[in-house]
Amino acid sequence: MTYIKPRFRHPELPRNKIGYAKADYEGAISTLCAGCGHDSISAGIVQACYELSIEPHRLAKLSGIGCSSKTPTYFLSNSHGFNAVHGRMPSIATGACLANRELIYLGVSGDGDSASIGMGQFVHAIRRNVNMVYIVMNNGCYGLTKGQHSATADAGAQSKTGSTNPFPSIDLVGLALELGATFVGRSFSGDKKQLVPLIKAAMSHPGFALLDVISPCVTFNNQPQSTKSYDYVRAHLEATATIDFVPHREEITVSYQPGHSASVELHDGSVIQLHKLAPHWDPTDRNSAVTRLLESKMKGEVLTGLLYIDPESQGLHELEQTVEQPLNTLKEEDLNPGAEVLEEINNSFR
Amino acid sequence: MEQLNAVNDFVVRFANVNGTGSASANNMFAKAIFRMGIPVTPKNIFPSNIQGLPTWYEVRISEKGYLGRREGVDLMVCINPQSMAEDVASVKPGGYFLYDSTKKLHPQFIREDIHYIGLPMTDMVMHHYSEPRQRQLFKNVVYVGALSALLDIEFGVLESIIRDQFKKKEKLIAPNIKALELGLHYIQEHYEYPLGIRLERRDKVNDSILIDGNTACALGAIYGGATVAAWYPITPSTSVVSAFGKYVSRLRIDPESGRRKFAIVQAEDELAAMGVVIGATWNGARAFTATSGPGVSLMSEFLGLAYFAEIPAVLINVQRGGPSTGMPTRTQQPDILSSAYASHGDTKHILLFPSTPAECFEMTATALDLADRLQTPVIVMSDLDLGMNEHLSPPLKWDDGRRYDRGKVLSAEELEKLEKFGRYLDVDGDGICFRTIPGTHPTKGSFFTRGTSKDEYARYTENGEAYVRNMDRLARKWETAKLKVPPPELYQNENRHRYGMIFFGTTTYAALEAMDLLREKGIELDAMRLASFPFSETVRQFIEQHEKVFVIEQNRDAQMRSLLINELEIAPRQLISVLNYDGKPIPADTIEQQIARTFNSETTKDDVHKAQVPAS
Repeated sequence: MTYIKPRFRHPELPRNKIGYAKADYEGAISTLCAGCGHDSISAGIVQACYELSIEPHRLAKLSGIGCSSKTPTYFLSNSHGFNAVHGRMPSIATGACLANRELIYLGVSGDGDSASIGMGQFVHAIRRNVNMVYIVMNNGCYGLTKGQHSATADAGAQSKTGSTNPFPSIDLVGLALELGATFVGRSFSGDKKQLVPLIKAAMSHPGFALLDVISPCVTFNNQPQSTKSYDYVRAHLEATATIDFVPHREEITVSYQPGHSASVELHDGSVIQLHKLAPHWDPTDRNSAVTRLLESKMKGEVLTGLLYIDPESQGLHELEQTVEQPLNTLKEEDLNPGAEVLEEINNSFR
Repeated sequence: MEQLNAVNDFVVRFANVNGTGSASANNMFAKAIFRMGIPVTPKNIFPSNIQGLPTWYEVRISEKGYLGRREGVDLMVCINPQSMAEDVASVKPGGYFLYDSTKKLHPQFIREDIHYIGLPMTDMVMHHYSEPRQRQLFKNVVYVGALSALLDIEFGVLESIIRDQFKKKEKLIAPNIKALELGLHYIQEHYEYPLGIRLERRDKVNDSILIDGNTACALGAIYGGATVAAWYPITPSTSVVSAFGKYVSRLRIDPESGRRKFAIVQAEDELAAMGVVIGATWNGARAFTATSGPGVSLMSEFLGLAYFAEIPAVLINVQRGGPSTGMPTRTQQPDILSSAYASHGDTKHILLFPSTPAECFEMTATALDLADRLQTPVIVMSDLDLGMNEHLSPPLKWDDGRRYDRGKVLSAEELEKLEKFGRYLDVDGDGICFRTIPGTHPTKGSFFTRGTSKDEYARYTENGEAYVRNMDRLARKWETAKLKVPPPELYQNENRHRYGMIFFGTTTYAALEAMDLLREKGIELDAMRLASFPFSETVRQFIEQHEKVFVIEQNRDAQMRSLLINELEIAPRQLISVLNYDGKPIPADTIEQQIARTFNSETTKDDVHKAQVPAS
């Protein structure tokens, strides 16, 4: 069922640089369970797009199957959406990205979608550095089919029905770092202050930007024994740094003590500022990110924040050397070599 | 001893070892005959192997223009000791056996009823060339030189082919011609030539070309405006995308920036390949993939999505022997049903059946138009024989006035004028709705594409009535498709005979030849070649106008017959199967024998509705 929100807007709502109110970035009313972490992430996406002044129709939202993949209905109703089949969103996003290099592609997936049925596609989208933001709403369980453990559930985690997961978890962040992902972040649905700048930075990154967002399932995986519950995550949260995202041409106003801060400039001139840096960690050094991640894992912490960024990242279109003009706008005269050339080709077969 | 005598009507078979460079020498042989104006059909019979296993190249020469396979070998060129017993046995009585006489032929290979021609190829290349690789390669050219004497191939034609082939590597021209001369002179000095079977220049190929179907499909995709190709390597479809890559890197580079007006994705599997195609077409580009049966199985999930969410997609299915991994390097037409009904739920797909490379070209370009117009997958049903073998084909044709049919896509201006956009609203009553491309308009035209049930405004719904309305509209669109797909070809102005025959794809060559063979026996039939699915009214009428119709196809289960019965509600007994599924292209005499046998039993009132006699 689709719920339509009332369209009434207060005339004096604040607007962003391109004249849109935050409500212009919203979608239909969520049909997820009350308190679902996914809804907070949806709100974070709305906030990030509003703050970045993205024209909603210049963004395409894509998802697979599962609770997480339902969320694109709940934000950006002026954007085209594609709810693909289970685990296959990355290939759809790859094709879409190739067809038009000018849009922003926002993929939304879950842990079942990305760490199990769609693992192959997830891995290869990273490998190709597809220009997209890839948000995993990670709750460690299959919500829509009533709470089975997923591949990101920690070993020993208990489901609501009492079964214990005997298998080690797949850490999508660790995997992405290993695969050579050019932007890797982790966050928590309950930490909007961190999540929103991370999404903004991800949207400005030229290439594949992974955001693994722990997003507790209030119905099936929020019991105290679960490592994906609100309580557990809050108690074990450890951030690499706080993060600010400063879009291109905006003045950087806050200054922090040297030694505790770092800033990373992106291709488009925007800047990611990191503060209260964790010691012995450099966000542009893949090795230090991997080490830091392993250390926190051993301590039972949930490490969040921007873990790694390659400021030199070149997205799929650079790797493929496609023309500047989007492929989907090329016409007969650009694409068709014509009858005369065909006759030459015919001659080569005589 | 009997001696075969024929001018421009015989079969030469080459028995080679895979990976020894024989292909280019063998191609030169076929091309020389083609350049002498004589219709020729070469076929590769190859193993799933890169190096070491036996491989054959069979060339049928037919002045009458019969382009199907013919059983029986008139001249065997034997280079491979591994398969010699089989190769000796396959020569027709009175035929010829050319072998490497460097070593004496073992008595077990001596038959009393065939002619042996010894050519000490290994000796000759050992003597004239020093590098091992050269020795191996030129051995192939030496036997072509010998054949030029034995069969009367014009030597100048061979020279011209070598000059064309090595235009950019001139150094190689002289040693190649020398190798040809070695073979030629040896025969001239040691044997009486030409043989009883020989060639004579004719003017029978007109403006035809000699090209494989996969290359023609690739060119069709280029001319049809495909910008995204996504694929996963699989025999026998691989060369579709490699040919696409070869030509776009010449024809689709922006001269100023040097950047590409195309993208080729070698995907992680066939699922992803189809996903990339669907993502690209959803976003307004033209895209295609090429695969074979196992790939179609994997793509089925996405084909269902594209059918139900109404997204264009073009798939070139170069069929091979199934089931499962089957016979990956042998030809069949075994994916008719799995392609027509790929995916769960009530799903069906448009199929096009090319029968020549020229049609591969035309139908691939047409498929891109049809997919956009009908907003659904279109599958071009080629096969290994058509795709990987060179065929004498009419030249590829393109009219520069032809525009792409992008179908019902709303522009920003059109959206601006529209009060309310409904993605699945059947405004025109033809079952085809208007779509929008992401990024078109700031506030109008956005919608959610999904594989779940939806209403006219693309909103998720589990309402049964809305679901039925949508499914019925898709059925209405299927009716529209019947008017848009290429029509069948009829081989008579009006149907005159009691019996008819239906065939499609590569079965066509053999079927047309079989018609001639049957006519010689006093059996006359009307004939129709299917070009597409869904079947049009013409197909129904053809079947209805005949007492019985033979359906000729290359699979065990008579899949096209099943499809006709299922879709047109034909009484099963009316359709008689003629089948060939041993992995080799169907020969005319198989068809002729199966039809003649049924004919005879029919006249004795035997009720045979399935004459399943596999070819030998």
